[in-house]
Amino acid sequence: MSKNLSIKKVLVLGSGPIVIGQAAEFDYSGTQAIESLKEEGVEVILLTSNPATIMTDQGIADTTYMEPMTPEFVKKIIYKERPEAVLPTMGGQTALNLALTLAGEGFFEKEGVKLLGVNLQTIQDAEDRELFKRLMKKINEPTPESTSVNSLNQALEFAEQHGLPLIVRPAFTLGGTGGGIASTVEELKSIVSSGLRNSPIEQCLIEKSIAGYKEVEYEIVRDSNDNCIVVCNMENIDPVGIHTGDSIVVAPSQTLNDKEYQLLRDASLKIVRSLKIEGGCNVQLALDPQSENYYVIEVNPRVSRSSALASKATGYPIAKVAAKIALGMTMDEIQNPITKNTCACFEPSLDYVVVKFPRWPFDKFQGANKKLGTQMMATGETMAIGSNFEEALLKGIRSLEIKREHLLMESALGLSKEELMRMISKQDDDRIFYIAHAIREQATLKEIHDLTKIDLWFLNKIHNIIKIEEEIRNSDIGFETLKRAKNKGFSDSAIAFLKDVPTSLVEDARKRFGIQPVYKMVDTCAGEFEANTPYFYSTYGEENESIPSNSKSILVLGSGPIRIGQGVEFDCATVHAVKALKEMGYTAIVVNNNPETVSTDYNLADRLYFEPLHLEDVMNVIELEKPIGVIAQFGGQTAINLVEGLTQRGVKILGADHETVEMCENREKWELFLKGLDIAQPLGLTAKGIEEAIDKANELGYPVMLRPSYVIGGQAMQIVYDQKELESYYQEHNLKLEEILIDRYMIGIEAEVDAICDGKNILIPGIMEHIERAGVHSGDSFAVYPPQSLSESVIEQMSSVTSKIAKSLGLVGMINIQFVIKKNEVFVLEVNPRASRTVPFLSKVTNVPMAKVATKAMLGMDILSQNFTPGLMPEMNTVNVKAPVFSSSKLRDVDTALGPEMKSTGEAIGRDLTLEKALEKAFQAANMNVPSCGTILVTLADKHKLETIPLLKKFHEFGFSFLATKGTSKALMEHGLPSRVVEKIGESEKDLIHEIKSSNVDLIINTITKGKNVESDGFKMRRAAAENGIICLTSLDTAHALAKAIELKALKVLTL
Amino acid sequence: MKLILENGDVYHGESYGASVEQGAILGEVVFNTAMSGYQEVFTDPSYCDQIITMTYPLIGNYGVSIEDYEGLAPSCKAIIAKEFCEIPNHWKGKKSIKDFFVKHNIPALVGVDTRKLVKTIRSQGSLKGVLAADDLSFEDCAPHFKNSLSGQVSRVSTKGPIHYSSKGEKRVVVIDYGCKKSIISSLLQRQCDVILMPWNSSFTDVQEQEPDGIVLSNGPGDPSELESVLPTIRELQEVYPLFGICMGHQVFALANNCKTHKLKFGHRGSNHPVKDIESGKVFITSQNHGYSVDLETVESSDLSISQTSLNDQSVEGLKHKYFNAFSVQYHPEANPGPSDTNFLFDKFISMLEGE
Repeated sequence: MSKNLSIKKVLVLGSGPIVIGQAAEFDYSGTQAIESLKEEGVEVILLTSNPATIMTDQGIADTTYMEPMTPEFVKKIIYKERPEAVLPTMGGQTALNLALTLAGEGFFEKEGVKLLGVNLQTIQDAEDRELFKRLMKKINEPTPESTSVNSLNQALEFAEQHGLPLIVRPAFTLGGTGGGIASTVEELKSIVSSGLRNSPIEQCLIEKSIAGYKEVEYEIVRDSNDNCIVVCNMENIDPVGIHTGDSIVVAPSQTLNDKEYQLLRDASLKIVRSLKIEGGCNVQLALDPQSENYYVIEVNPRVSRSSALASKATGYPIAKVAAKIALGMTMDEIQNPITKNTCACFEPSLDYVVVKFPRWPFDKFQGANKKLGTQMMATGETMAIGSNFEEALLKGIRSLEIKREHLLMESALGLSKEELMRMISKQDDDRIFYIAHAIREQATLKEIHDLTKIDLWFLNKIHNIIKIEEEIRNSDIGFETLKRAKNKGFSDSAIAFLKDVPTSLVEDARKRFGIQPVYKMVDTCAGEFEANTPYFYSTYGEENESIPSNSKSILVLGSGPIRIGQGVEFDCATVHAVKALKEMGYTAIVVNNNPETVSTDYNLADRLYFEPLHLEDVMNVIELEKPIGVIAQFGGQTAINLVEGLTQRGVKILGADHETVEMCENREKWELFLKGLDIAQPLGLTAKGIEEAIDKANELGYPVMLRPSYVIGGQAMQIVYDQKELESYYQEHNLKLEEILIDRYMIGIEAEVDAICDGKNILIPGIMEHIERAGVHSGDSFAVYPPQSLSESVIEQMSSVTSKIAKSLGLVGMINIQFVIKKNEVFVLEVNPRASRTVPFLSKVTNVPMAKVATKAMLGMDILSQNFTPGLMPEMNTVNVKAPVFSSSKLRDVDTALGPEMKSTGEAIGRDLTLEKALEKAFQAANMNVPSCGTILVTLADKHKLETIPLLKKFHEFGFSFLATKGTSKALMEHGLPSRVVEKIGESEKDLIHEIKSSNVDLIINTITKGKNVESDGFKMRRAAAENGIICLTSLDTAHALAKAIELKALKVLTL
Repeated sequence: MKLILENGDVYHGESYGASVEQGAILGEVVFNTAMSGYQEVFTDPSYCDQIITMTYPLIGNYGVSIEDYEGLAPSCKAIIAKEFCEIPNHWKGKKSIKDFFVKHNIPALVGVDTRKLVKTIRSQGSLKGVLAADDLSFEDCAPHFKNSLSGQVSRVSTKGPIHYSSKGEKRVVVIDYGCKKSIISSLLQRQCDVILMPWNSSFTDVQEQEPDGIVLSNGPGDPSELESVLPTIRELQEVYPLFGICMGHQVFALANNCKTHKLKFGHRGSNHPVKDIESGKVFITSQNHGYSVDLETVESSDLSISQTSLNDQSVEGLKHKYFNAFSVQYHPEANPGPSDTNFLFDKFISMLEGE
């Protein structure tokens, strides 16, 4: 077999905006695939709607379309570009579903366009539960007893026959949206109903629960010659019952003997062969811990989150190989890019242990239901590599950045064994921590195993960690103890904590004893063949394999796991910084721990260290590599948090130094600084105790913005409009004498600027205007470039303020400033002396690779010599709208109302020549497709009623009808707007929740956000909307924007 | 305890298994890259006289089970690993790896930077090594290095015929150069009556058993030491369908005027890609060999190359141009490793049936 040379032009489908279950891994796989296709001389067209991606960078694909990921746009692009084939296996479920829709219509056939990597039958066989089961039966592979249902009654019947518990999985959904385990009939009813709604084909698979079985995954690659290999197998520490995306996973499997390993390998290969997949594929299996019985759980006929993990865990680039296979190449024709002297047709061998740890968003969503189940809730993950399980696990925990540096959780200290066992049974994100604490409180491993079904092997390893803790506590830390602890991955700070001594003491002792980590290479072959790939992890051994180069090097700190508020945007910036460094001839070193991203592709940096972004781990790399500087500007808050420690250790920070960072974060210093520059900011005061808070709020005048001084990132931030709300804020957050920051809340337009300063000059590529007024977190706002309603004088003020601040801070590098504009006057809300999440968006729409320019500026290449004219750049002639994308349906008990706390997980772009068209595209790209007529459910706060009338009149003219509760309905009537009255929640069976669930509502406009508790009506309504896939707008500004977009397509009815 | 290599390198670790008698133990230091199947590796007679280094750092996770022995007892000299699992957990593996070492008197060295050792072997080739107590120096161990490691096959082979009966109608004689149990069970599973015979059985000895076919088994050491068995193989291949595995493959080649050579550091692991020349298909195979058939010598022989290694293009499969005989360098019986090439036993069976 040789390459299919007939294919010269391919359309690659990306995965669109980031949502839970579909994150940065598809930027990694897409980018790899595109590069791999280009290597074979293929012209690549790309479609994705997410601007915060590397794959959409100039120079990656030959032609890039950032348009909504809808069948309509795929068709348009195919008509325009006439590619010979479409590659839909690199863009997750989004791309696959898109291809399926079009293939189902016969579009590809009609247009003579080939589907690469997969065929229609394969997708259906793998994704349609019933067909999949039938196929498994045909090839004699066992699946749990199950049935597909299209109605609740069918589900209940099956339950009667086979009993509970049952697992419910909706067909064709991302990350198992809407699924779960039902142990009671009530639970079954609720989960099946939501599952049917979430499934695009209204189908759920109901199956017998095999919870407690070992969950094992195999990453397979197959080519057109039927060659089939296993890249990696992985074992979930959390047995079947918890989504693999929410499980702690270890690679390779640890508790399977060779017979079991091969049994499951054989089954996986057989399945992939029967599906005739050409490319990457993931097979999930469940193995009985007491016999060789197993079940096939599911198959993903495409590259996935797991394949990204397997690629990083082994060094084998699955997406790259899969793309070449899609062209018809066979694996023996493809080189192993790590060794360069063996081929891609082999199975990697690991000589280390890999642990993946999920990163959940519950720090942001404190009210969320944290119970882990079959629906994935993690937003990101970390990967850690060690010589033993304990080391990899502890490194993984350090990488999470959840303020825990060890398998230890302060909130669990002091709990009794019984309390801990109860917490373990809750099966939430903290379970492994509670397990460790329970062992510390003398719980037996058997007891924990009985409760969790976690294999005793893993529990024994956790016990090992605790035994070492005891040894540390009960001895003077000598060489042997210290060495043992370090070998098992203990950080200096953990040892110091256990010993109650300063960390520096442990560090000094360790260095005195000569206990230093070495770095080993990830080489796909366990050292059997020579490899030259500079991809390293630290461990404690004899030989250090990482030999620093003699040339000048710069270390770039990555941003760690993806979480809300720190997404793939920062990885984009990191990648650009690395590319800029390489262009300038420096050796670029990356330290990061996120397996999903492009920045941890070992082809990117000159040297990659897969390590926790923890001071000790980073310092170890610095001590070895001795870089001339460290760049912390692109790694979000993660990297910024390391600046202080690194500075204290004499490390040179390029870009904003510690002093600048502190200045921007310290309220008093910052106020003085702005005052000195004569720059206005909203008035703010601090208060201790509720009486003082009431006084200060009166002094500033309501509304005011409240937040405790000790939190960062918008947590527990709230706008209150009167004293009553202030009092309930104190109550809700259980506040006593803590220091509270009170700022005057200015109702005005919000805008933001990202700029680059070289120390002398400043470059402002553009200004973004937010659609939602101040008070909505900037990450959750729609934003427009160029600004649509700001006057020239305002724009000038913003650019001069930006310039003043940057220069006075003496900053070299990036700065982000958020403004609020009131009555043509500009106030500074916030300054971040680093790259912000809007950098990729702004870079794309202004054509200025900002992170690159900033990196070069930090290394002494000023703006002028980079051929840019300082100051605010002229506006581009396209209108670009950034739309936030939420994962609300995936997280239970999370309020979707917009506020000062960020909630979105991703972003999409809408680009066109007018604002209206750009908005319409942005709504579509963000999966907020609103019909041009229908029913709007309106619930308004009194203070918003008047303001809303003109907007509703517009909607009425377009052809919308209204549903409203009594009060609102009356107000509408007074302004000549007819509406149907709907009962408030609980007032009758046909209340507004019923209306939402019965699909009688197309859109909700809801401005009552007061009272964040789960019991409030507003909350219940918003949850009902999220779970039923109905768009709920909580900001009138978004509603206005939507009206603009609808106006474009609305055909009004006219009378004669 | 420590490992002293013949090049003078020293690797320190802790003694884990049986104690080292008489202060020092000599073996050929090799490495295996399989991530599972340590028990099968340790009990494979082909490792006779070798000190096995496992590249996977955690060994012993699922204990040791009665089922997974490939020989009656291990014949390797010692085991080296990064870490052994103290408390295994598996429904089958009731015993720990430590119990296993003690029971079979196998010394082990733990806590070694195994990757460093592997890289040394990779660059310098397989080396002799001595497992020695800490107080012994290189000079103390020097006499050991002068000892040659040879004659393994006669030590591990059965002393007399063993009959493994099944209900089958076909009878296969397996010539035991150090046969793995899984070769026998692969045949039994296919309803063959199996007679395991000593390595030096004569043609008449074999003929007396009235076999339908012959399997030449795997085994340890240098195939060129087995000159004496070559005439028997030449006679056998003319009369019976014949299937050679590993050592069996090498002696089959030698019997047909090919030559063998020692590989720099051998192939030992469960991930070796082998390409079938006729079909173009690639199989992932389980391998364990230190010697290989000379590619050039095949050309002028009555054999042809059917399969080659994708890693180093070495000969992996041979077939006789005129007789019903073929062989593979790897282990189609798996255990440990993938069963991708299990079908070769079916192919052999169909040869017995005259297809």
